Amino acid sequence: MKKNILEVRELKREFLVGSQVVRALKGVSFSVQPGEFVTIMGSSGSGKSTMLNILGCLDKPTEGDYLLDGVNVKELSRNELAQLRNRKIGFVFQAYNLLPRTSALENVELPLLYNADVNTRERREKAMHALELVKLADRFDHTPAQLSGGQQQRVAIARALVNEPVMILADEATGNLDTRTSYEIMSLVQELNQKEKKTIVFVTHEPDIAAFSSRTIMLRDGKIQKDTANENVRSAKEALESLPVSDDY
Amino acid sequence: MQLFNLIRIALKALQRNKLRAFLTMLGIIIGVGAVITMMSIGEGSKQSIQSSLSSMGSNMITIMPYNNMPMPGGARMSSSSVQSLTEDDVNKIRTNVADVSAVSPGVSSSGQAIKGANNWPTQMQGVAPSYLDIRKLSLKDGVNFTDDQVRKSAKVCLIGQTVVTNLFPGGENPIGQVIRFGKIPFQVIGVLNPKGQNTFGQDQDDIIIAPYTTVQKRILATTYLHTIYASAVSESRSDAATEEITQLLRENHRLRPTEEDDFTVRTQAELISTMSSTSTMMTTLLTAVAGISLVIGGIGIMNIMYVSVTERTREIGLRMSIGARGSDILLQFLIEAIMISITGGIIGVIIGISASLIVSSALHWPTVISESAIGLSFVVCALTGVFFGYYPAQKAARLDPIDALRYE
Ligand SMILES: Nc1ncnc2c1ncn2[C@@H]1O[C@H](COP(=O)(O)OP(=O)(O)O)[C@@H](O)[C@H]1O
Ligand SMILES: [Mg+2]
Repeated sequence: MKKNILEVRELKREFLVGSQVVRALKGVSFSVQPGEFVTIMGSSGSGKSTMLNILGCLDKPTEGDYLLDGVNVKELSRNELAQLRNRKIGFVFQAYNLLPRTSALENVELPLLYNADVNTRERREKAMHALELVKLADRFDHTPAQLSGGQQQRVAIARALVNEPVMILADEATGNLDTRTSYEIMSLVQELNQKEKKTIVFVTHEPDIAAFSSRTIMLRDGKIQKDTANENVRSAKEALESLPVSDDY
Repeated sequence: MQLFNLIRIALKALQRNKLRAFLTMLGIIIGVGAVITMMSIGEGSKQSIQSSLSSMGSNMITIMPYNNMPMPGGARMSSSSVQSLTEDDVNKIRTNVADVSAVSPGVSSSGQAIKGANNWPTQMQGVAPSYLDIRKLSLKDGVNFTDDQVRKSAKVCLIGQTVVTNLFPGGENPIGQVIRFGKIPFQVIGVLNPKGQNTFGQDQDDIIIAPYTTVQKRILATTYLHTIYASAVSESRSDAATEEITQLLRENHRLRPTEEDDFTVRTQAELISTMSSTSTMMTTLLTAVAGISLVIGGIGIMNIMYVSVTERTREIGLRMSIGARGSDILLQFLIEAIMISITGGIIGVIIGISASLIVSSALHWPTVISESAIGLSFVVCALTGVFFGYYPAQKAARLDPIDALRYE
């Protein structure tokens, strides 16, 4: 049996809003093995983002344990967490979160600037390579304003990839995109999962997106409702090809 | 390496907001520019006072009658109305004070100089021939008067360039010509080399020099002196000479030990230091005012950095989510603040230097750009950046990544 890349045990997260306690996660346990492509599904407000933020070490659970690569995150300092986010995790946001007025290449280089082991030449090479993986190498000098939504998300994915993280976390990464562009992104994500062997945890509320993953965790009201393996994973590339041509941009 | 990256990050962040960075800099630019301009004007006027005073003869000692008794109502008598200095004092100083190399009596009178149809209000100095040496004056043309002419109260004079220009507008040679000062005709026997204005704006060439005996007898009808000019053997001996002169004059004036001096002895060196300390004070004052604008510039930086931290909260969250530590964020914002202040400082230095050059060429004010002024304002600038940039930067560094990302 393979070692778990991430494991959560009885995870709880409560928010204090005024005098009211909002319980976003009410005890969630699951583990993910290297190379898995997991989607976290659930209706709005079910706790998906809260879950993913904890997995990305952006937020801390109120109770419960989270083991990333065998390390209990609870015991890490702020700086160690920063290092973890830098080296092991690539985060993709729904709103892309690219720096404005900054070229695609420079946006992709950003995580490497916080990595002291990478020099200027390597940084450029790695960023260029990441842009090639998302098929945007020819747009390296474009700023976000000069790119479409799908292209911006691809830059964001390149940024998540550039430090060669062990896993990629995406929060509704296709939420702002039309079907065709969503499928393009999913095809890219599938490729990263299959060719680059990246572990992927992908939050979405769209069932057709979840069909591209190998496992779906269904959240409801802060609890796991279902955790199912997907027997016949749909190929995003094929799905893309089967879309009507009139949909082309 | 890491720091180098942070500098790169800060630089890019500034590039994304060039206009704002420049406007923030403006306060620093003006502050530093003003400090440097003020300091160079101050330093320039100080040096010009010094050089102008020492060009009058740095060994010069001036003795003036001075009555320390307050007049009724608290006013003091003006020095020329006190009659305590005599020719006898001059002779005693000449023969007894070893540290004095030259001495001259001095009387002065203002009046109209007239040549034909040309009139010119000016000042006549009655002195001994040695006066030229004491004051470091020299003749452009003609000859000095002699001791013999002094004895005879000869009606001869030396005139300065301004007097020449006004009495001889046609450009004829003044030597040998007869001019009148008041009602008395004087023969011009020499023309002085021009000295220009002194620091106080006084025209040093607006002068007529004549034997003191002539001025005493023919113009003022007095036997007293207004001033005694002396020259110490060297600048370093001028204090000793002052001591000796004071002793001698007290004896000569038969002052009892309890009585105050009825004269004052001033050395040029003393005057230079008084004048320079006055000018130093002025410089300090002006610089302080300019310094305030620098502080205001610093507060401008702080203000903008605060706004910038708030506005870029999501950016900070993003940076943290991809691995920036609190200290990286702190340093980034600190470096941004320092870069603004240092760049502003550099531009300010350039503007300050240019302004000083413009002031000296357009207004003919003397300016001296001192390296210490540049160094000082630079250090102040960097400190301003650190000081006013620290709090906003710290605010940014303390943010939680998820709170920062969610910030609207
Ligand atoms: N920072 C917060 N403060 C207070 N309540 C929060 C906060 N973040 C999330 N919640 C609450 O937790 C619940 C789950 O939110 P979230 O994880 O964002 O849901 P999802 O991403 O599945 O739509 C919601 O009820 C939401 O209101
Ligand atoms: Mg969400």
